[in-house]
Amino acid sequence: MARYDRTLIGLALAFALLMAANFLMPEWVRFIGLQTLARGAVALGLLVLWRTGLISFGHALYFGWGAYTAALLTRAGITDAFVLTVAATLSAGLLALLLGFLLRRYRAIFFALLNMAFSMILYGALVKTEALGSTDGFGVASPSYFGFAPEGEAVTTTLFAFSLTLTFVVVVGVHLYLRSTLGGLTLAIRENEIRVEYLGYSAERAIHIKYVISGLLAGFGGAVMAMAIGQVDPDSMALWTVSGEFVFITVLSGTGSVAATYVGALVFELIRTYAFEYAPHVWQLILGGSLLAIIMFLPEGLWSLRQRLARAKG
Amino acid sequence: MAAILEVDNLQKSFDGVVAAKDIHVSVEADEIIGIIGANGAGKTTFINMVTGYLAPSAGSIRFQGRDIRGLPPRRITQLGICRSFQVSQVFMSETVFDNLLTAFAIAEVGGLALLRPLFSAARADRVGTHLERYQIADYGDVIAANLPQGVRKLLDIAMATVRRPTLLLLDEPTSGISTEEKFELMDIIMAALKQDRTTVLFIEHDMEIVERYVGRVLAFYQGEIICDAPTAEAMRDPRVLEFVLGQEYHAGHRPSGARNA
Repeated sequence: MARYDRTLIGLALAFALLMAANFLMPEWVRFIGLQTLARGAVALGLLVLWRTGLISFGHALYFGWGAYTAALLTRAGITDAFVLTVAATLSAGLLALLLGFLLRRYRAIFFALLNMAFSMILYGALVKTEALGSTDGFGVASPSYFGFAPEGEAVTTTLFAFSLTLTFVVVVGVHLYLRSTLGGLTLAIRENEIRVEYLGYSAERAIHIKYVISGLLAGFGGAVMAMAIGQVDPDSMALWTVSGEFVFITVLSGTGSVAATYVGALVFELIRTYAFEYAPHVWQLILGGSLLAIIMFLPEGLWSLRQRLARAKG
Repeated sequence: MAAILEVDNLQKSFDGVVAAKDIHVSVEADEIIGIIGANGAGKTTFINMVTGYLAPSAGSIRFQGRDIRGLPPRRITQLGICRSFQVSQVFMSETVFDNLLTAFAIAEVGGLALLRPLFSAARADRVGTHLERYQIADYGDVIAANLPQGVRKLLDIAMATVRRPTLLLLDEPTSGISTEEKFELMDIIMAALKQDRTTVLFIEHDMEIVERYVGRVLAFYQGEIICDAPTAEAMRDPRVLEFVLGQEYHAGHRPSGARNA
């Protein structure tokens, strides 16, 4: 056993590097970065579930919930980014806690689709609610930071620095969780719930906890996305295709490491951005093709490239 | 000595089919009891009820004076009754070592302690000792799915005993094991359990195993206990001969207890 956790060192290095790069990168790159952090957080939640063999086709529910929570707060005049993010994260976590009492009893395709059903209910409600702008949604006021209201390019640099810092805390937290006994109960639950029960722990409770974690992460991602785009609307926050994108990132990344999720999220953003720019009519085709290629050639995700390269080096 | 497990008037029926009827059993500490009976006689149902997997239709189950009927398996496990399974319930894609590491981790922690790292040197030591005790240390790095049947059985029982249970229920520990290996397997299991002075109830079809390892026999037939007696006596019981040992009796493999009679 290594004395130092290499993942933690790697995360700290990546954090420092990105923080420095924040002041060098052009606006559009920073925007891709923000989207990566937002979607990456949701995919990280899906990783926590997926390690236990569960997949959700409905996490746009918590993503949208978080985004709308943050947006509504700005409408009420609360613009502090920290308050917005924490409120969005916790309210999504609370929703996951409640729905979790039902979902913890389901597995496999039933779990995946029940999540989707709940997300469609939120989507339908948002579309029908005129007070929330129906299909158009509504704008999100520019966030402030403990009284400091940035202007010009500082708006995005501050938001990126803020989101990156919180993401770092969140990712380290998830990494430590996955290393813990409770987090380590993933494979055990996927393989044999009966044995887990007869060792004296409730597999359903462990799944419930994982579900709440995934809800918290998705709510956090939603808040970051709402602040980054400055607008919330049902189609880009709560539609089932949004849930599909999160699953896409999870498959792309693999479940090897918390860092892999963000690499996957970045690759996803890049493919999407460039496909959309250079092939606006067939960009979904390109996305689909890349997913196909990953599943066929790298079934364990991008992260497995690392092991393959290491093996090739001998 | 006081009874640690007292089962009274236990009943269970599935849609009208009686799986357990008027079951009365009292188990004292340090006993080693064999449960025999044909397939479908209600042996596993009995174990499932005692460990909380199945809810009885009626009756009471008391463990160390405490009513445990209706508690979920994890609570009963925490109170000190553990079990193994007829088909090994292990984490198939993990190594033997990791299987036990997980088992110890779940057994040792509760509440916030679950957030401590899964791996620790002290826990690894305990896993090592446990592997030695069940003589499967050589298989530590083998993935459970690739284990020989007998070793997997040992792993299953090793996992069931990480909590050092007061009472252990084994569901056919020797099923699927070749005749030559059975005794060796049982010797390992019994020696390991003796160290902790665990009280054992086990389901067994092989009468040679029953005669060699158990002091008392519970014979099940159609959901009822038709005989509860010291082993030698049970082997001579006319109802046991008729309803449990019948087949072997006619096939010529007369149990030695019956032969001596």
